[in-house]
Amino acid sequence: MAKAASLAARPAAATGQPEESFLAGLGQRSLMLLVYAILLLWAFICLFPIYWTVTTSLKSAVDVTQGHLVPWLDFMPNWKGWKSLGLSPDTIFETSTVRDEFLKRFANSVVTSVGASLIAVVLGSLAAYGLSRFEYKFGPWRNEDISFFFLSQLILPPVVLAMPFLVLYKELALLDSTIGLILLYTLTVLPIVIWIMRDQFSSIPIELEEAAMVDGMGVWGAFWRIVLPISLPGMVAAFILSLVLCWNEYFFAALLTSTEAKTLPVMVASQTGSQGINWWSMAALSTAAIAPLVVIGIALERYIIKGLTAGSVK
Amino acid sequence: MASTPLAAGRHYKHGAEDLPAGRRAAGRLLILLATLGLAAVFVVQLLDRLGVLPLGLPNWRPLLYAYVLWAVALCVGQVILRGEQGRRALFVLPALLFTISMVIFPTAFGLYIAFTDWNLSSFAGRQFNGLANLKALLQDAYFWNALRNTVYYVLAVLVEYALAFGLALLLNAEIRARRFFRIVFLLPFMLSPVAVSWMVGKSIMEYRFGPAATLARHLGWDRPAFFADPVIARLSIMAMDAWVTIPFVLILLLAGLQAMPKEITEAAKVDGANGWQTFWRITFPLMLPVSLTAIVLKIIFKLKLADIVINVTAGGPGGATDTVTSFIYREYRDRSNVGYGTMLAMFYLVLIIIFVILLLKFAQRRMRQGLG
Repeated sequence: MAKAASLAARPAAATGQPEESFLAGLGQRSLMLLVYAILLLWAFICLFPIYWTVTTSLKSAVDVTQGHLVPWLDFMPNWKGWKSLGLSPDTIFETSTVRDEFLKRFANSVVTSVGASLIAVVLGSLAAYGLSRFEYKFGPWRNEDISFFFLSQLILPPVVLAMPFLVLYKELALLDSTIGLILLYTLTVLPIVIWIMRDQFSSIPIELEEAAMVDGMGVWGAFWRIVLPISLPGMVAAFILSLVLCWNEYFFAALLTSTEAKTLPVMVASQTGSQGINWWSMAALSTAAIAPLVVIGIALERYIIKGLTAGSVK
Repeated sequence: MASTPLAAGRHYKHGAEDLPAGRRAAGRLLILLATLGLAAVFVVQLLDRLGVLPLGLPNWRPLLYAYVLWAVALCVGQVILRGEQGRRALFVLPALLFTISMVIFPTAFGLYIAFTDWNLSSFAGRQFNGLANLKALLQDAYFWNALRNTVYYVLAVLVEYALAFGLALLLNAEIRARRFFRIVFLLPFMLSPVAVSWMVGKSIMEYRFGPAATLARHLGWDRPAFFADPVIARLSIMAMDAWVTIPFVLILLLAGLQAMPKEITEAAKVDGANGWQTFWRITFPLMLPVSLTAIVLKIIFKLKLADIVINVTAGGPGGATDTVTSFIYREYRDRSNVGYGTMLAMFYLVLIIIFVILLLKFAQRRMRQGLG
């Protein structure tokens, strides 16, 4: 029935205006105009704050307080914001304490988020593979219970962990250390990685590994040589999603780090000077903080989408 | 989380292995030795801390190293002791040991802290005070206010969902430059909430020069103060959070729409249904499972909402935008009230667990009704 209907519908769609399912029957040109108007409006809403951040980093005080918007027409762009970070063309080769501070925070953010994401992907992928292939029995716990245990960590609010970890890390001399932060971030993204990877592994036919095992490979050999290469895109997706979450994490970083291991979001949040806010330097700092992920977002969009949609569509 | 029951056929079958008795004994011995070693280090550290053994250890690091060694020994011991089955357990064991040690201890310790009177800025130190924190919590109007606000924020998820669904339908239509729109719509999700707080909340929505305020003036709102009036301040926070997280819901829904067979909607079209009817009778019911997953996940994230509130309003005006998380954050950060703050956090955790369980039950029932 459905097949016949689709055969009947297709020529009409092919000859007429480009139509699609939801708007079918109403498919008029004005409606399409409305669709594009909404899409463009939302695109504007998504892009304007980014545009505002980048341009504000090139403004002088007057341009900020008068709300000027368009460079060269409204205001003359200058490097003021970037100069205050020591990153403008004329200051880049001079010594700058602000730049050193910024670079240190940037490096902390990179090490913390990449480290945590890597550990989470390794631990999470192994666990997800095990859970999708073997039957476990740890005492009363079976596969479903173990999976649920991992996924239930998602609902644990950060406030519950914050104070115990503050005390624990103090006793373990891990307070204000990158390692401590990495361990905590690994914990927070592990459920998401397991969720994504379980979905990945269950879409790989088990026959591939069975064939490899007939050829004499062990479970780990089959995993390493057969499964790993196939599931690599999924792992990249899980890694990038973890990276986004860790890079932007603020709550734990604000509570558990001070001078040494402080990350970029904490530096951004603590930029209130005594003379009010220096919008240009704030904007330059924000631009630098969001730039890596914006680049990743544009370049690796399909991986992020793949990671986000894992498990939701059966 | 909707966990699919694993089909029995997907698992490997494994036969019992005959391992030499010597090997089993070696495995058992290794685990036993490691456990004894861990216990010994713990006892030594404890004695040192109690002042019985004056070793002068500066911290509990040795116990941490001992625990890591014990975990490694346990994994190796599994393989020696149980052969093939041990090698299989090795996949899930590291993640399990990691999560358990990172969660169980802090939660148990947190439960203890929650029943103490402990303020970092007072000299008295930690003192057990029974249910006093719980009593204080029940009378704390600010906490209940924060909880009520959190409920409002959670309700905003429905609006976000409706918006995201609309956008997903548009993105799923036959449009040009779909990839461009998809990337652009995704971008807010990549941005740090802290940077968003500053550049959107404090700059774009600043009432003198912010472009949003200027726009509002042009639209006839004389004094566009986004964070002065309680209700408007709450709506502003909701809007910012929605801006950051709508991409997440949008992408889930878009994936659901793309997985839907085109033939079904086309058949409805042939049968004379208009777009509106097709949507409500076919698309929406078919999207119910994806929708529920998206909403449940979004609510779970919403319950942790704090970064934007902390950075833009610090809970103000008069606590109108406070969430439970941001309230507890200030309890820790500004008042150093560790004992009471932890009690609030534990109480919140219990509420969340109950709420999420009810939510999942409800979602499962809707799912069955929707599909059945």
